[in-house]
Amino acid sequence: MLTILFDGVSTGMLLFVLACGLAVTLGLMNFVNLAHGAFAMVGGYVTVIAMQRFGVPFLATLPLAFVIAAAIGLVLERTLYVHMYGRNHLDQVLFSIGLVFMAMAGMDWFMGSSPQNVLLPEALKGRFDVGGVGIGRYRLFLVVVCGILAVALQLVLSKTRFGSRLRAAVDDQRVARGLGIGVQTIFALTFAVGSGLAGLGGALGAEILGLDPSFPVKYMIFFLIVVTVGGTSSIVGPFVAALLLGIADVAGKYYVPSLGSFVIYALMIAVLIVRPNGLFARPGR
Amino acid sequence: MTFSQITRRSALTGISVAALTLITSVAASAEDVVKVGLILPMTGPSASTGRQIDQAVKLYQAMNGTKAGGKTVEVIVKDDTGVADVTKRIAQELVVNDKVSVLAGFGLTPLALATAPISTQAKVPQIVMAAATATITEASPYIVRTSFTLPQATVPAANLATKNGWKKVVTLVSDYGPGIDAEKAFGEQFTKNGGAVSAALRVPLKNPDFAPFLQRVADDKPDAVFVFVPSGFGALVVKQFVERGLDKSGIKLFGTGDLPDDDQLDGMGDVVIGLISTHHYSAAHPSPENKAFVAAYQKANPGQRPNFMAVGGFDGMALIYKALEKTKGETDGTKLVEAMKGLSWVSPRGPMSIDPDTRDVIQNIYVRKVEKVDGHLWNIETEAFEKVKDPVKAAKMAK
Repeated sequence: MLTILFDGVSTGMLLFVLACGLAVTLGLMNFVNLAHGAFAMVGGYVTVIAMQRFGVPFLATLPLAFVIAAAIGLVLERTLYVHMYGRNHLDQVLFSIGLVFMAMAGMDWFMGSSPQNVLLPEALKGRFDVGGVGIGRYRLFLVVVCGILAVALQLVLSKTRFGSRLRAAVDDQRVARGLGIGVQTIFALTFAVGSGLAGLGGALGAEILGLDPSFPVKYMIFFLIVVTVGGTSSIVGPFVAALLLGIADVAGKYYVPSLGSFVIYALMIAVLIVRPNGLFARPGR
Repeated sequence: MTFSQITRRSALTGISVAALTLITSVAASAEDVVKVGLILPMTGPSASTGRQIDQAVKLYQAMNGTKAGGKTVEVIVKDDTGVADVTKRIAQELVVNDKVSVLAGFGLTPLALATAPISTQAKVPQIVMAAATATITEASPYIVRTSFTLPQATVPAANLATKNGWKKVVTLVSDYGPGIDAEKAFGEQFTKNGGAVSAALRVPLKNPDFAPFLQRVADDKPDAVFVFVPSGFGALVVKQFVERGLDKSGIKLFGTGDLPDDDQLDGMGDVVIGLISTHHYSAAHPSPENKAFVAAYQKANPGQRPNFMAVGGFDGMALIYKALEKTKGETDGTKLVEAMKGLSWVSPRGPMSIDPDTRDVIQNIYVRKVEKVDGHLWNIETEAFEKVKDPVKAAKMAK
């Protein structure tokens, strides 16, 4: 029972890292970026390539996955996304879904369509028992890494100058500009960090979720559920939502395997009926 | 009339004469050419199937020449991206426009079934080199198969479980056609043998995590767990199985050869060592035919290893060549299919033949175990179930 709970928490944490970038772009910057999963896929492939071709150890590939995904995010934001901020949501959806298909086809061309494997270091393999609860080492590692990230993100957003500037830029771009805040730079940085986090999530998730060129489409629905259920006002919402979904998904599949993955959709519907703007929504937006 | 006009006219005449001679020469040689339309998923999610078969077909022609029964065999490769509608359209074009004598390929079951009406109407042999659903050969009297049927590999797995004294087994399959086929074939045979399937778990195809299902397996405490997942996801299951400590709790993990697919086996890591599976082909099959095949394949495609898809394509070409030899170059579809019935030869996979009653393949199913040899992972064959027919059609025949 507790093992299931632990597995659920670790899956949820992983979902959070994958989706929090989307929460930032969708929630704070009000941009519908369906291509978010593509950045996660890039991160996963960076890890795979670095490990398989260049023999970089797994842990060292994680920052690499973050940096490269963030760099690609930055370049795309400056060249492509920047033109889309002012457009309506349908344009943004069409644009970003097109980007997804291009990313998938491109990855298929370069890396082949077969799923890739990540070989973990020995220290992260296996599991141990704590009071009868089986805990996978890698899952514990996930929980720790993702937990630290979540806390750090929340602190940056709520306590630092950058965080308040970002919130100001989102709330009212014109006034923020008038006050001398470099809105463009802030958006670009935020987008890059969001993409980087997705890349990191993809690298961390390759072991558990698998990695192949269809990754962005396969998990898009999960990211979107996390953001819709969590609401887009802060990152606490997506965090709670990701945990809830992770636990519900794992427990649902364990206790009622015949319903398969339906449980999370039921949960989403229930939450949205009670709170149409998500668990933690800012009123009136 | 200026000089330039003259030269242009004479140039045009020259070109048209050249073109005419070209056409007539093509027409003359067309008599001696047998066209094979090879329809494969070269892009999309099943692209690895297409790649393996395409390379094996090219290899067959490189090793055996392009002549069979006095005719030159010309292969036309088309990409259907793994979508049934596209396969059907391409098959139609190949038959009507390109006048192919044989259709071949078919990476997935729906693709083979979509083409069946065309092969029936046009009386063109349809060689299924990959798709593995048992009933495919019943869809058209012109379908002949050189791959395998899923029950053909699964029923021996059930017999193996009984033989090893496993009484209680959990089945874990992906929730889609072939997975459910495997679950049914295994369950039926295993129950008939006196064993008990204590839980039949179906994992959604788009599933992020096998953890909850494997925890179910752990808590159920069976003797063994039978797994069928799409090629490529095998490593994920085995890793999470080991991570959960199930291997140490004495639960055995086994499945069909889709699990330790030769195409990806070497990259799966040492966790898969000891994994048991039943299948018709292992790249480590110890025969001179296979050694030559694998060596040539790896020479032509460095860094790759042929898997059961490749051998299906290789034998599909062998079948076409042998049938053409038998008909002495006659390309009438009905005669070709008649010639194919009952053909037998030694393939890289071992001895195989075409069942004259069902046009399906009869072959040995081997029990294999993953071992590390010279730093690489291979499926080492330990025993064989000889001359296994497709159990589904065999059961129908017996009635």
